[in-house]
Amino acid sequence: MAEIIQEEAKQKGGKKKAKKFSTRIDMTPMVDLMCLLITFFMLTTAFSKPKAMDIAMPEKKDDPTVKAPEISADRTINILITGNDQLYYYFGVADPNKPLPQLIKTDYSKDGIRKVLLQRNKIVFKAVYDLREKVKTGELVMADTALENKTKELKKSDKNAPIILIKADEKAKYKNLVDIIDEMAITTIANYAIVDISPIELQMLSGTAPAAPVVQ
Amino acid sequence: MPKIKLPVKSPHIDMTPMVDLFALLLTFFMLTTSFRPQEATVIDSPNSISEKVAPEKNVITILVGKDNKVFLNFDNGLDTSVSIRAEVLKKVAEQFNLKFTDKELTTFSTHSSFGMPANRLKAWLDTEDSKEREKFQTGIPIDSTDNQLNLWVRFIRIQNPNAIVAIKGDADADFKVVKHVMDILQDNQVNKFNLVTNLMKEEAKPEE
Repeated sequence: MAEIIQEEAKQKGGKKKAKKFSTRIDMTPMVDLMCLLITFFMLTTAFSKPKAMDIAMPEKKDDPTVKAPEISADRTINILITGNDQLYYYFGVADPNKPLPQLIKTDYSKDGIRKVLLQRNKIVFKAVYDLREKVKTGELVMADTALENKTKELKKSDKNAPIILIKADEKAKYKNLVDIIDEMAITTIANYAIVDISPIELQMLSGTAPAAPVVQ
Repeated sequence: MPKIKLPVKSPHIDMTPMVDLFALLLTFFMLTTSFRPQEATVIDSPNSISEKVAPEKNVITILVGKDNKVFLNFDNGLDTSVSIRAEVLKKVAEQFNLKFTDKELTTFSTHSSFGMPANRLKAWLDTEDSKEREKFQTGIPIDSTDNQLNLWVRFIRIQNPNAIVAIKGDADADFKVVKHVMDILQDNQVNKFNLVTNLMKEEAKPEE
């Protein structure tokens, strides 16, 4: 690496003088590291571009005479999001004049809401999963856009697929909502909507609703 | 057999040209790259599996910070001859009875995201020091008595109806603020938005 060059000076008169040293430092390792660092930063700044999730909201209609389309209660799953990353769901409709459905507590892990949604959406999920596996292994050859379109078709094909109503109260955080919409994408559910939470549901959350105990 | 011993000399590679080139490259990049304009607030996006790349051109971005403050960013659209940012600022000036000089209009066009009540815009544009400028970013008012975000979005959509709307919210922002922003957008006939997220892959398998 570094070298010390000794100057051999021929002295007249045979006198032995102290030898002069001049140092020469070899820059090779430093330039090596610089090269690596520059290459590293040149390549890594291309990564981690922010990604985007699509949402489409239904048009806001302030006209009270136009009724919302009827949705069958046995396909509906209502997901209630509240503060502290707490998550509940119930099936059917919460009508204050009838006995209320059971409110079930769950969480954002894969054994929580995802399990429930997968159980309800088995047919569509299996179809989309099989299609994706086939494209991955090369059995089927499809362009990316064709795969997307076919997946969309499959998601809409099952007439008994669950309809999800996502409702959040005041304490919910933005990331809770993004997580739920993400679960929609992971479990390949196409029919979902973000709607306002109703007073009876707020009561169910706080535990003050009549005859609807929270089940763990 | 006579053994021929070759004198082993350690090779000396002269590194001068390589260091020369690195110096040149470094100088080139130091001079040609310009700093990205500072964002009004730091946003920590939530994660999602979405792999769709967030649009970078022709996009209106509404940023919702951790402190629930709302900021706005929009670009000059696809037609580079029209400066949409300057045009929108002129319309906002008319609305609030403000006057902007040409210099202020060009300064506005070079900044990126911003968020402050309209009456503080002039002071913000005139401040030279970037640390002082940061103090102005207190958020665009979105409450119903003073819904300035609605005005901004309306003027931008009039100038550039094809722009895509993206919402970049912090993971810890309150959902009700983001819902309010979405309501304001729906009032302006925007029903499709992109939510900006970081990629985190998740796999689900069908149960057997």
